[in-house]
Amino acid sequence: MDLDLSPGELAFRDEARAWLAANVPADPLPSMDTSPGWRAHQEWEARLAADRWSVVSWPEEFHGRDASLVEWVVFEEEYYRAGAPGRVSQNGIFLLAPIIFGHGNPEQQRRWLPTMATGEQIWAQCWSEPEAGSDLASLSSTARRDDERGGWVLNGQKTWSSRAPFADWGFGLFRSDPDAQRKHDGLTYFCFPLDAAGITVRPIAQLDGEPGFAEVFFEDVFVPDADVLGAPGDGWRVAMSTAGNERGLSLRSPGRFCAAADRLVDLYAATRTSSATERVVDAWIRAEAYRLYTWGTVTRLADGGEMGAAGSVNKVWWSELDVALHETALDLLGPEAEVAGPWLDGYLFSLSGPIYAGTNEIQRNIIAERVLGLPREAKGARA
Amino acid sequence: MRFEHTTDQRDFARSLDKLVAGSDPIAVARAWAEGDHAAGLTLWARLAEQGVTMLATEASPVEVCVAFEVLGRHSVPGPWVESAAYLPVALGREVAGVATVAVPPHTPYALDADVAEAVYLDSGRGEPTLVPPERRASEPVVSVDPTRRLFRVGEAVDVAGVSGSRAFDLAALATAAQLLGLGERVLADSVTYVTQRRQFGREIGSYQAIKHQLANVRIALDFAQPLVYGAAVALSEPAGTAERSVSAAKVQAAEAAYLASRVGLQVHGAIGYTREHDLSVFLTRIRALVTAWGTPAFHRSRILDSLLGERIGSA
Repeated sequence: MDLDLSPGELAFRDEARAWLAANVPADPLPSMDTSPGWRAHQEWEARLAADRWSVVSWPEEFHGRDASLVEWVVFEEEYYRAGAPGRVSQNGIFLLAPIIFGHGNPEQQRRWLPTMATGEQIWAQCWSEPEAGSDLASLSSTARRDDERGGWVLNGQKTWSSRAPFADWGFGLFRSDPDAQRKHDGLTYFCFPLDAAGITVRPIAQLDGEPGFAEVFFEDVFVPDADVLGAPGDGWRVAMSTAGNERGLSLRSPGRFCAAADRLVDLYAATRTSSATERVVDAWIRAEAYRLYTWGTVTRLADGGEMGAAGSVNKVWWSELDVALHETALDLLGPEAEVAGPWLDGYLFSLSGPIYAGTNEIQRNIIAERVLGLPREAKGARA
Repeated sequence: MRFEHTTDQRDFARSLDKLVAGSDPIAVARAWAEGDHAAGLTLWARLAEQGVTMLATEASPVEVCVAFEVLGRHSVPGPWVESAAYLPVALGREVAGVATVAVPPHTPYALDADVAEAVYLDSGRGEPTLVPPERRASEPVVSVDPTRRLFRVGEAVDVAGVSGSRAFDLAALATAAQLLGLGERVLADSVTYVTQRRQFGREIGSYQAIKHQLANVRIALDFAQPLVYGAAVALSEPAGTAERSVSAAKVQAAEAAYLASRVGLQVHGAIGYTREHDLSVFLTRIRALVTAWGTPAFHRSRILDSLLGERIGSA
């Protein structure tokens, strides 16, 4: 049992550290949910990609470095320690790309992955619907078969689609077989350009006032067979492989929480607000726990294990840690806390964590049923 | 980088677990609480044969934690932290037989001094010193955990230095590992109970209100475990920040186990509030260990000092 990096991993870390030290913008970029911020973030993605740091774990033919899982975590730690910007392309890189690698055909891989890696095309996740939030299987947007044109016709509405106001492409599930026996069956996974005929994107202002997400309306939108991911009707299974990623390791590497905990201790050292002492220490402990837990997960995955329901355990932990970290920082800032700044931005963003990617209540049900083996709740009891 | 137990460590845990589980540990604990040490000493000898008392000097802190997790899972009574973690490091040798030590102010009483063959006091000035029988109290101070028979030894002493020692760190870490085992046990027993107990026509474990509480315990324990073993790895290294890693492990393991105990009691209901139910053996041990070998407040302050010291150091 050890936490030692191999000489190769150490060399990789040093190379990443040096590149980040030389390239991370000195000033924070404007919010990615504004036009100028969006452009600035796309430029940053391009800069990362130019030296092959945008998707380190991908194969070299798609701009990656074939980095191992350990190296990926190491890179993420360095990335956030260096104070590098949030990734505007994260929906694509972390949620969609694993699906394209796993279920996409070679043509789709060649068409979508390179522009995703360079940040030329940014993807928005279009999963939630007004009546289907965490209960994805109940979604009702439809896909009707159009044999003549060799594709599908989409109708319906998606909502709370992150990055959709500025993104180029979207991905989501549609009900392609309304007569399927189980509601999980008969769903198909589609990719579509957000400027396609029949798509209307209506930005929604988030808590911070910026249009970080959007409603997306589909009115007879044609999608060719070439843009279907996986087999028609198999969308649920395809989608669940992304849900595991989102809730688990991929989206929330420990680097950002460790870096935030370090900044919190810096803030405490500067302000010494004794009433928050315990919470400062606890935030640091929990970030450290998350870091070590991740190394355990990495070891298990490297041994051929699967993330499984552990992703739910992970998701509750990091999302609540993120809120606690930022709440504590705001308390340390005192009356200045209400004034715009990075801690306030981070706080508002952290509030979405316990809600998105399956609410924490859903996650706790999953943990109780799949990890602890408790019986399912009686039908109708779950509102 | 392999942050997982080795096959040997897993096998060791399994064989210890089998040995202890087959020794009716609850009955052992109940007898020990009554001052009847015979069964407990038999179990002690068998565990010592398996090498538990030599782990601190002959193996690594990881093996120490593996063993203490098992001791916790079965609430094995006796001065194990003292004999198998603190004293071997403080004295620099394996301890033969049952020994105990008081390390004021964090561990002000000598646990089970009435059964120990050697009773020490560590005042932070060199090695722990033997306490002659006439300087030990004859009657125990009553602990929340009836299996923990606490004795006053000697006078109040100056304690500078002890809490920063490797012996203290290993003892605190072994306590954290024990808390981990205790928490896992209470969670497992609670899960079993809520899948059997029926109210209003169905198992109470199907109610979301119960599920979410138990899920919170699962989460808390899942994140305490890597802190415990991360600290064990850190303690194996000659230099570094092991001290604060140990403190983080102790704080989180205590918090997780304590949450397990509170939730465990809540889901058991009134039956859990009785001495005759086995749950009590674990609940009272957890409560006692939360504050033994450094209170959460003490360990948090050690972490904060370390973090702030780092910043002054680099400024």
